[in-house]
Amino acid sequence: MSDLQRTVLFDQHTDAGARMMGFAGWEMPLQYAGTLEEYRAVRGTVGVFDISHMGKFFVGGPAAGSWLDRVLTNRLSTLETGAARYTFLLNEQGGVIDDLYVYRIQPEKFLLIVNAAKTAEDFDWMSARLDPGVEFSNSSAEYSALAVQGPGSPAVFRKCFGRDVPTARNRTLEFERGGEPLWVATTGYTGEVGFEVVFRNADAPSLWRALLTAGCQPCGLGARDLLRLEMAYPLNGADLSPHRTPLEAGLGFFVDLAKEDFVGKAALDRQKAEGVPCHLCALAIQGKSPPVRAHYPVFSGERQIGETTSGGLSPTLGVAIALAYLPTEFAKRETPVEVGIRDRRYPARVTKKPFLTKEP
Amino acid sequence: MNNIPENLKYADTHEWVLVEGDVATVGITDHAQAELTDIVFAEPPAAGRTLAAGEVAAVVESVKAASDIYAPVSGEVIEGNEGLADNPALINSDPFGAGWIFKIRMSQPAEIEALKDAAAYAGHISQ
Repeated sequence: MSDLQRTVLFDQHTDAGARMMGFAGWEMPLQYAGTLEEYRAVRGTVGVFDISHMGKFFVGGPAAGSWLDRVLTNRLSTLETGAARYTFLLNEQGGVIDDLYVYRIQPEKFLLIVNAAKTAEDFDWMSARLDPGVEFSNSSAEYSALAVQGPGSPAVFRKCFGRDVPTARNRTLEFERGGEPLWVATTGYTGEVGFEVVFRNADAPSLWRALLTAGCQPCGLGARDLLRLEMAYPLNGADLSPHRTPLEAGLGFFVDLAKEDFVGKAALDRQKAEGVPCHLCALAIQGKSPPVRAHYPVFSGERQIGETTSGGLSPTLGVAIALAYLPTEFAKRETPVEVGIRDRRYPARVTKKPFLTKEP
Repeated sequence: MNNIPENLKYADTHEWVLVEGDVATVGITDHAQAELTDIVFAEPPAAGRTLAAGEVAAVVESVKAASDIYAPVSGEVIEGNEGLADNPALINSDPFGAGWIFKIRMSQPAEIEALKDAAAYAGHISQ
C-alpha cells in the first residue's frame, strides 16, 4: 500500500487496532473492533470516523455565492451564513462528477467538502470555470476532518468543546480551539444525529484523543458503508457516475432548475422534458439471502433490467438491501423483481428510501 | 495470537479437519474468520452431495466479501451445520466448535496425509 496517502491520524488508527484498506487513493481504516460492533455503536451510542481523506476547498469573495450557483446544481447564493447544503458538480452532459457539501462559514466565505477520489478533478474542473475576483483554494492537505455520529454525539460535543452543538441538521459553526480555526457542521453520512468537524492537521491527534475519551467508538469504512446504505445515501463512483444524472439518481431536490444557468443544466432540462429514463431504486430482498453487492444482475421475469450499484445486509432490517438503476417502468414502489446472487435468483421488491426510517 | 488446535489437520486454504473414523468435520480456522471479518451468511453443502478434494463446498460471506470454502478431502457430505442459517456469526465466535460447516464421509482417507499439522499451518499463516 506504499503509493497510498495517509491521514495525520494513521498511527492513532493502527494503535487502536485498525485493519487498514486502500480507498480512493488513501490508506484508511476498514474496521477496528469489527464492522458490526462499530455499526451498532453509531446507531446506539456514538462513533467517530476519520474523514481527513475528503477534499476541502475554500471559496471567498463577494462573487463567491453567484459563482457557486453557476458551477454547482443547488442554489448556494441564498444559503445563510451558518448553514450547509448538499449539491452536485456536473459535467456538460448532466452526469455527476461529484456530490459535495457546501458550508457558508462567513458571509463571503464557503467551505466545500468533496470526495477524496475526486478532489483533484473537482479542483481542476472548477478552476477552469473560475469567475474573476473569486478566491478558490484547495486546502485539503492542511486540514483534517472527523465525523462524530450517533445519539451520544451532542454530549460528546459538549465535553470536547464546552458548548452545545446546534440541534438542527445542516447548521455550521466557526470557532477557535487552541488559537486555531475549526468548523463544525451538523451533517453526516449515517442518518444519525451528529456533526463533522474540520480543523488544522496539527490539532488532529489531540482532538482524536479527546473524542475517544468522551466515549466515541472508532469506526471504519465498513460500518460507514452499511450506515449510509441503510439511509440510501449514494456513494459516488458506485451509485453516482458521470453517466448518470442527479434526476436519475432521484436527487433532483438538490438541483435547482429555476436557476438561470449552471454546468449541466441544459442536459437536465432536456431530460426533464423528455422524461427520466431510469431511476436509482431501493431494493429489499424478501427473506433470507446472502448480502447483495455491487454489479449483481436485477431481473424482471427472464429479462435483466439492471444491476445493483451497491448493496449489503442491513443489520437492523435483517435482509439484504441494494441500490440499482432500473428503467422507469419498474421504479414504482412494491414492484417485484429478482436479484441474481451467484447461480440463484432471490425475490426482491422496490422499496421506499431510506430503507431505515429514523425517529426524528 | 491465533488459536490452532493440535488435534486438527489444516488445508492451505484455511479449512480445518477433525477426523473421527471415516468422517471428517470441516470448518474454517480462527485465522480465516478473523481475516474475513463479521460473517453474515453461510451456505453449507447439502447432505448427499459428493465432493472432490479441492472442490468448492460452501460459501461464506462476511460484511466485506464472499469467500469459497473448499473440501479438504473427497467424499459424500453427511451433514451441513444447520445452526449457521440463523447464526452465521458462530463461525466468528467459535470457529473450531459450534461454527463447524459440514461433515463428510471420506472416500479417500489417505488424503488426510496431504494436509498440514498445527505447526505447519502456523508456519503457513505467519509467512
